[in-house]
Amino acid sequence: MAGNRRDFLKLAGLTAVGATAVSSIKAPTAAASTADSHTEASTDGVRLAMVIDLRKFSKDDALIERCVEACHREHNVPNWEDDPKNEVKWIWSEDFETAFHSQEFHFIREDLKGKPTLLLCNHCNNPPCTRVCPTQATWKRDADGIVMMDWHRCIGCRYCVVACPYGSRSFNWKDPRPAIEDITIDYPTRMRGVVEKCTFCEERLARGLEPACVEACGNDEIVFGDLNDPSSKVRQLLAERMAIRRKAGLGTQPEVYYVIDDPRTLQETAPAAVVEGAEGGDHA
Amino acid sequence: MYDAGKIIVGLVVFVVLATSPLWFNALTEETPEAPKLTLPTNGSTECVEATEYMRASHMDLLNQWRDEVVRTGQRDYVSSSSGKVFDMSLSRTCMDCHSNKAEFCDACHTYMAVTPYCWDCHVEPKGAN
Amino acid sequence: MLEKALTGNRTYWTWIFFLLAVIGAGTACWFWQFRTGLTVTGLSRDVVWGLYIAQFTFLVGVAASAVMVVLPYYLHNYKAFGKMTILGEFLAIAAVIMCMLFIFVDMGRPDRIFNVFLHPTPHSMMFWDTVALGGYLCLNILISRVSLSCERRGEAPPKWIKPIIVLSIPWAVSIHTVTAFLYSGLAARPFWMTAILAPRFLASAFAAGPALLILLALIVRKLTTFDPGKEAIQKLAEIVTYAMLLNVFFVAMELFTALYSDIPEHVLHFQFLFMGLDGNNTLAPWMWLSVVLAVVALVILVNPTTRRSETTLVVGCMAVFGSLWIDKGLGMVIAGFTPSPLGKVTLYAPTAPELTISLAIYAIGILIVTGLYKIALEVRGQMKV
Repeated sequence: MAGNRRDFLKLAGLTAVGATAVSSIKAPTAAASTADSHTEASTDGVRLAMVIDLRKFSKDDALIERCVEACHREHNVPNWEDDPKNEVKWIWSEDFETAFHSQEFHFIREDLKGKPTLLLCNHCNNPPCTRVCPTQATWKRDADGIVMMDWHRCIGCRYCVVACPYGSRSFNWKDPRPAIEDITIDYPTRMRGVVEKCTFCEERLARGLEPACVEACGNDEIVFGDLNDPSSKVRQLLAERMAIRRKAGLGTQPEVYYVIDDPRTLQETAPAAVVEGAEGGDHA
Repeated sequence: MYDAGKIIVGLVVFVVLATSPLWFNALTEETPEAPKLTLPTNGSTECVEATEYMRASHMDLLNQWRDEVVRTGQRDYVSSSSGKVFDMSLSRTCMDCHSNKAEFCDACHTYMAVTPYCWDCHVEPKGAN
Repeated sequence: MLEKALTGNRTYWTWIFFLLAVIGAGTACWFWQFRTGLTVTGLSRDVVWGLYIAQFTFLVGVAASAVMVVLPYYLHNYKAFGKMTILGEFLAIAAVIMCMLFIFVDMGRPDRIFNVFLHPTPHSMMFWDTVALGGYLCLNILISRVSLSCERRGEAPPKWIKPIIVLSIPWAVSIHTVTAFLYSGLAARPFWMTAILAPRFLASAFAAGPALLILLALIVRKLTTFDPGKEAIQKLAEIVTYAMLLNVFFVAMELFTALYSDIPEHVLHFQFLFMGLDGNNTLAPWMWLSVVLAVVALVILVNPTTRRSETTLVVGCMAVFGSLWIDKGLGMVIAGFTPSPLGKVTLYAPTAPELTISLAIYAIGILIVTGLYKIALEVRGQMKV
């Protein structure tokens, strides 16, 4: 009798394992239908990029604060100023030398010295973060090249945060709702335990709007568009001016460019545009 | 079987306890009240799909919407019953008509002891009580 | 056979209840962490992995080390290890379960753990780590169960178990290699992005694991009539010695490449570890302790007289384990995040809940080892009455 009981338990166990295995055989097809997460530099389709024209930013933070505020308000990004350990940010500023610290700038043109520089997710064309995600909760969308977040699927392992060379990603160490001052009803918040970052305002792009930070600027300080379209503003700006990208040598192909030409070159194309800091000398 | 007496008695007690909701209700002849739903007050009479379908499958529909919007960026849904195009959005489409979450969504969910996690992130419309 | 773990004398049950108390405290802390979020730990935006993942990394090594008894015995007929293989396999089971628990408590949404299986992602090393660890656990459960139940019946094990045992050998190597791959393919973290990381992991695993196995075997010998045999202990000690020498050599290689090239993104992490950076030097005393312990360990282990004397051997094994635990379980993971990709230094120190949960997971592992060893010893009739 004892032997039969053991055999029964073995059979029950094997059946349970078998049933789970059979039901999970469907899983690979789910993986196949999701967007590819490791696209090479694409020449067809849309390749969204952003060009931040540093010539048009002064050393005073006002415009930067408007950009950050516009983004964080629109997307219900929590404000953890009083509890900095839990900091969450999609877009922020560091001074120029920190933003490009692997360049080891020691002697630098006066207008760039200490200049506050906007930083955000670079929506790389060869993203290391999507490569490591075990569930494809972050992946590069085929249609628009946006490195997207699926907050329904994220398991909060933070591997993508580890893999990002730019520090663009934040984790929700606790429930963000209490730290959101004014909730925007149209856009969801996130929950504790998931990673979040800039999504190039994909929900605004779907409605034909520009990203929130781009809209917060009035004067093409940030330019946004499709690199695969030769007539786009981003392509034109990159064709005329010198732009650098963060840690480009790592092969991530970041799609956020920073124009670093001397602000006096602004007068060449738009004589009416006067930018502070063009004379140099003041480093607030 | 060792301890047959104890085991069989134990099994019978367990089955009785486990099925107690069923025979208790049958014996006391109570008909539970169906949940009362407050229908939309904005004049809309047509949902995204037919009522019977929505009752049975709105969770599947929402899951499908979630995957389409987030993973492919597609936001247009063509209703199979009316052919109309809807924006695939819980907050903007569903809650536009069903703005009283407490008396619509929660009424059935509480009754069925179901807690969907949508509202951990998606924001309920203001003044929805 | 499992029921043999449920009988015991007063000492046994006191030990079990002590472990259960620690586990209870940790479980309560974990429920709090699950409700509130990982904010209860010392982690922050810059240091997103800390004590939990570091313990996971260290314990994968301990799990892999069972191969150091299995390989000589099954592939090369080294009879002296005959009585030890089951202890190694049981230790591997406990270690793998602890690894899985450390991952589980570190997740932001552990309720979504099945997403890893519902959406398998072959280009993610974390997916393969899950597969490798799960497979290794199943292998060890199967192998240990079959060999022990055959031993109990006085029979030879069935023929089909031999290829499975042989499979467990490269599989053991693979679990620690894939864990190293989690770290060594990340362009964002120059401290970890070194080809020698996987060999270094394996060398430290094959030193720390067998060292622990020696200590466990000697403890069991003290408490029961089990005797692994002098030859088995000595052979294991030699394995620990060579593995530790290799590990120290690999560390020296890393130091040379980083310090001689003088590239800041390599140097700064070592500077943080051994000297502190921007006023943050919490790890420095630990790292130097690790160095001292490594020297003590090698002095004892390389010298045949001190290696053969069991008193000094015990000190040597504890020094090996301690040194490598500090290296992998404290230094390696945290240093990868300091400085951050933007060059900033953020202090990380585990909080009380974090430590309690970690201790509880260690207690679960010790409980499993206790229970499984008790079963093996009862089967062999070697428990002291």
